[in-house]
Amino acid sequence: MTTESKTIQTVAGAKRKAWVGTLSRVAKYTALRSVTMLITVVIGIYLTILIANMGGYVDEIMRGQIREQVAMTLRNQEEYKQLSQEAKDARFQREVMDEEQRLGLNQPFIVRSFRFLWDGLTLNLGTALRMTSDTGSRQVRLIILERLGPTLLLMGTSQLLLFFTSVYLALILSRKYGSFFDRAVITLSPTSSAPSWFYGIFLILIFAALLRILPFGGMIGAPPPENSWEYTLDVLKHIILPASALFVSLIFISIYNWRTFFLIFSSEDYVEMAKAKGLSDREIERRYVLRPTLPTIITSFALMLISLWTGAIVTETVFNWPGLGRTLFSAVGQYDTPVIVGLTIIYAYLLAITVFLLDFIYALVDPRVKVGGRQKKA
Amino acid sequence: MFGLAIVILLIITSIVVIIAIPYNEAIRLWRGGEGIWYQNPKTAPPAWTNWFTKEDKPSSYFLAEGDERVTKTVEEFTEGSGDITYVFTFEYDYDAFPSEMALYLESDYETKNPFADMYWIQPDGTEIRVASIGVDKSQTLYFSQDSKLQRRLGDVSPEVGLFIVPDSDPPQVIPGTYQLIVDGIRFEPDSDINAEFVIYGQVHGLAGTDHLRRDLSIALLWGIPIALIFGLVAALGTSILTMTIAAIGVWNGGWVDELIQRITEINMVLPFLSILVMIGTFYSKSLWVILGVTILLSIFGGGIKTYRANFMQIKESMYIEAAEAYGAKNSRIIFLYLIPRIIPLLIPGLVSSIPTYVFLEATLAVLGLGDPVLPTWGKIINDAQQAGALYNGMYYWILEPAVLLMITGLAFAMLGFSLDRIFNPRLRGL
Repeated sequence: MTTESKTIQTVAGAKRKAWVGTLSRVAKYTALRSVTMLITVVIGIYLTILIANMGGYVDEIMRGQIREQVAMTLRNQEEYKQLSQEAKDARFQREVMDEEQRLGLNQPFIVRSFRFLWDGLTLNLGTALRMTSDTGSRQVRLIILERLGPTLLLMGTSQLLLFFTSVYLALILSRKYGSFFDRAVITLSPTSSAPSWFYGIFLILIFAALLRILPFGGMIGAPPPENSWEYTLDVLKHIILPASALFVSLIFISIYNWRTFFLIFSSEDYVEMAKAKGLSDREIERRYVLRPTLPTIITSFALMLISLWTGAIVTETVFNWPGLGRTLFSAVGQYDTPVIVGLTIIYAYLLAITVFLLDFIYALVDPRVKVGGRQKKA
Repeated sequence: MFGLAIVILLIITSIVVIIAIPYNEAIRLWRGGEGIWYQNPKTAPPAWTNWFTKEDKPSSYFLAEGDERVTKTVEEFTEGSGDITYVFTFEYDYDAFPSEMALYLESDYETKNPFADMYWIQPDGTEIRVASIGVDKSQTLYFSQDSKLQRRLGDVSPEVGLFIVPDSDPPQVIPGTYQLIVDGIRFEPDSDINAEFVIYGQVHGLAGTDHLRRDLSIALLWGIPIALIFGLVAALGTSILTMTIAAIGVWNGGWVDELIQRITEINMVLPFLSILVMIGTFYSKSLWVILGVTILLSIFGGGIKTYRANFMQIKESMYIEAAEAYGAKNSRIIFLYLIPRIIPLLIPGLVSSIPTYVFLEATLAVLGLGDPVLPTWGKIINDAQQAGALYNGMYYWILEPAVLLMITGLAFAMLGFSLDRIFNPRLRGL
């Protein structure tokens, strides 16, 4: 199965044979990979369900809350006050039972955990225990969909900007390595050890508190402008600070990483050769530096796309941005297991699909990688 | 090597802090409420902010018996009654007014409580009657809440009205020596009055105070050892365990390696921060629990793949083959032959990952999941955020812990960076 030796023979027939062989191998590999991926996702989601319940601990909290809530509502009912003590107790027990049944607490956790798992895997995300969407719905799907927009807006803006800026600047720097800007980026790269909310606080301090030119947080002013043009402008004004916080926190390290990466590839012999041939810088970059680094660029682009989904929990909280990150945070605060599990499931699915697709994209863009081809150990 | 200098400085400071303010004392001070901190003003910026402002803002005065600025005289009358007089004398020549004044009164009596008249004497000799009250066993008189006094001063808040140049605009302080006289009368022979006078300033100490009057320097100083320990233990635990597991997987190969790879993939699916948030909310906010979970979740992280790739290369080396040939045990090969080879790679990575964990602790604290007992930098930022510090202009409150976090993070990141260049000279050219 050493495809390398076969492809070296540039006979048309051999090439065709290899093509058929590749196809069957790809099919087998796809099947195997899908099964492992599925198992990974199932275990991952089940673990999340277990953690989200903390071994029954959350159930206890919820039971306590139900009892308190029932007691509160009953206390305000006139007819309840007139009942005898036994009747009161019976009524209380019944109401508690009803509520527990509604939330599914009467079943043992093991049973419920598998129900959660199955519902999750079939993307039947169910209803939230406490949280509601702005339209008042308890559907987890609606809650997530509603918050997805702001998150994609914020993360999309900042991450796409970050990705393309850093790759572009890194390409320039790798050509001028050792220059002042190159050294500046190296010196500044440790600043990326601080998370984005940290820069967020400084940005709020400077632009919102001291200069008072940008808002402290939120996505839209209150009251929101009527006219859609002004609305867009207002959102734009609100997005500047959180997006810059996300951008600033990672820009230097990513330029540095890409630059080092491009440098390694531009010191290859074939690049020297191309230079000797007198090709233009642009040509060398496109054909001899970007081409072999394409798989890595694609991988990091794909992983970046997934990271859009989770949002930035703390940055969104600090900036009061109504996205998924903040939703997850408040879901945890309200012990709303369906919402937590729902968010995790979609994240897990997206990640699994991306990792799965990457295998194939690799094979497409990098002729050295053969799908499913196990390299024998030397 | 700038990074190294700061790291050493931080380590020395934290040792000094731990010795100077023992753990229990730090917790007592940090958890202690008004009882411990009643002498401090609320949310006062540090005293050095005066250097940057035009006007000189006052620090707090605490005047009690034993201080040379306080005199107590006791006079005997007939039938056990008597006169107890406190005179508090102090210089006040700041440009700004105090934020609040309070008189803490305590008295001993059997049936009839003592009675006290209070007078305020301004530098020019003007006498203002403050209040006349019967003194309870323990009682606090906040000047700003005394509406009668406010009316007497012409509807100016007392902490301003008692110092102001009449009809001045903008309000000006009369500089000079002020006196507060507490003239008490007791009606029983053993009855006594104890008075303490606090003028709360607008600035406080080196670090300022928070909304609970706590001196921030305690938390800022104790934050250093906590941040260092958390960062160091998490980084050490994570990288050493990751490395060992990667080595075992590579050496044994087969299903062990496969299992480790699968676990890594499952771990990739789990959202790290949200699990930490869940553990913090549902289970325990203790720093040590969070630390344990952090290590547990990070072991099977992306790092394991890097180590694995490296071990794969080393595994094929001649000296490993030689070790196998003379019959070295698996554990010997893993721990004495494989792992030592990777240490040059490990150390820079370990040092550079410390800031990540230092900031992780702060991140959790900002989400309100900080350790409820320990004073940490993240907790200060969280408190400040909750009090709307940025919105209300109390910048010092957030800037102090943030700057410390930044210095610590940068120091370790820079140190890791230089170590990387020393241990991996291949990179030096790049």
